[in-house]
Amino acid sequence: MRTWFLLPLAAFAAHASAAEMTVSVEVPRLAVAEYHRPYVAIWIENGEGHVADLSVWYDLKLQDNEGEKWLKDMRQWWRRSGRSLALPADGLSGATRPVGEHSLTFPADHSALAALKPGDYQLVVEAAREVGGRELVRLPFSWPVADQTEHQVSGKTELGNISLNIQP
Amino acid sequence: MLKQLTRWTALAIAVTLPLSANAHRAWMLPSTTVVSGDNAWISVDAAVANDLFYFEHHPLVLEGIGQPPQRADGNARPRAANRLVITAPDGEEVAAQNGHVGKYRSVFDVEITQKGTYKLAVAGAPRYFARYQENGEERRWMGELADVGDALPANAQDVQVSQMESRMEVFVTSGEPTDSVFAPTGQGLELQPITHPNDLFATETAEFVFLLDGKPAAGVEVNVIPGGIRHRDGLNDIRQTTDADGKVAFTWPSAGFWWLEAKVVQEDGVQAPLTQRRATYSATLEVMAP
Repeated sequence: MRTWFLLPLAAFAAHASAAEMTVSVEVPRLAVAEYHRPYVAIWIENGEGHVADLSVWYDLKLQDNEGEKWLKDMRQWWRRSGRSLALPADGLSGATRPVGEHSLTFPADHSALAALKPGDYQLVVEAAREVGGRELVRLPFSWPVADQTEHQVSGKTELGNISLNIQP
Repeated sequence: MLKQLTRWTALAIAVTLPLSANAHRAWMLPSTTVVSGDNAWISVDAAVANDLFYFEHHPLVLEGIGQPPQRADGNARPRAANRLVITAPDGEEVAAQNGHVGKYRSVFDVEITQKGTYKLAVAGAPRYFARYQENGEERRWMGELADVGDALPANAQDVQVSQMESRMEVFVTSGEPTDSVFAPTGQGLELQPITHPNDLFATETAEFVFLLDGKPAAGVEVNVIPGGIRHRDGLNDIRQTTDADGKVAFTWPSAGFWWLEAKVVQEDGVQAPLTQRRATYSATLEVMAP
């Protein structure tokens, strides 16, 4: 009886939090003699600049936070946001990831999305690799959406496919 | 009133190199200007050399850093030591470490323990320099202003007495850039950022204000040159002059280390026995790739 009563509420709640953003980032396999997993920063910008960070992958395991030494190599992210953050930051800092596709889902109540005003934005992904190169990829999107929307772009060197799926 | 001279003579550099007769640039080259993490250090080369940034002539000898080279020339006049002052974001002075003087460069390290912007500066009290003719020969003198009357012979002709001030700076930032180190001393030529010097990016425009004795200085000639001179044909310098508000703007065509030199020459309103006042400012700036 109780369950039956709560069902409409549950359905409403599910609907309200259905909006979400899924970011998929491919770390490409590279034919190099010395390979280190890239540092990757993922954030949202609008025409005026940095809006919100989504994720930063770097070496969290080194002693004395030594891995933070190379955060500046993601030079646009460092300038836009990193240099003013206290790291590691909860919900933002993550370990570097291996070759392959990595999918991150951000629900509408994620702090970055909850504060996102309707408008035009860019998803920005920047990767920097020790003894390797650096690449920054931008993917324009509008927020929020009426229908499910898929955006995709490919990096050329340090990043593979980047896709963004937005649920209404 | 400031009078702008367009010639960039040997004397301009002699400010940091008091007794060098040749036009050689003096500079510091930091290993980096933007650092992240908690255990940050930078290493700095300091040299006197025309090519930017190749050490090929003399080390820039700094007080307390390494063993100064022995001068083979017994007649060499005493040289006032250049003093490096490293200022941390909290205003405290920080000592350079691991100093060494080599054939062509001085080297030192700076431990970056605070977040914010550090300043490395080589500046000093004004220096006085005279040029004159004696029996048809060109003579030079350097010393204290009070001594100039006695030091020059009675038959000296075409006497020019210059007061020379210089300042050479490098900025390094850990984390967020801060402005505390830009508080002007009010002496000589100084840079006031509109654009923070550790926030320079190629294709973007940076604006700086130049102060003379703490006040915005119009008509200051400011020249920026990208490093890597040896591996190209052109100097590729960009020349600007400060506007009425002392402001100058540069749009960086490329990333890398750039050398900035600003200079002002004042002939009107200087007090006898001075005939001229020269103030220079130089900085090594890092422009990031976009």
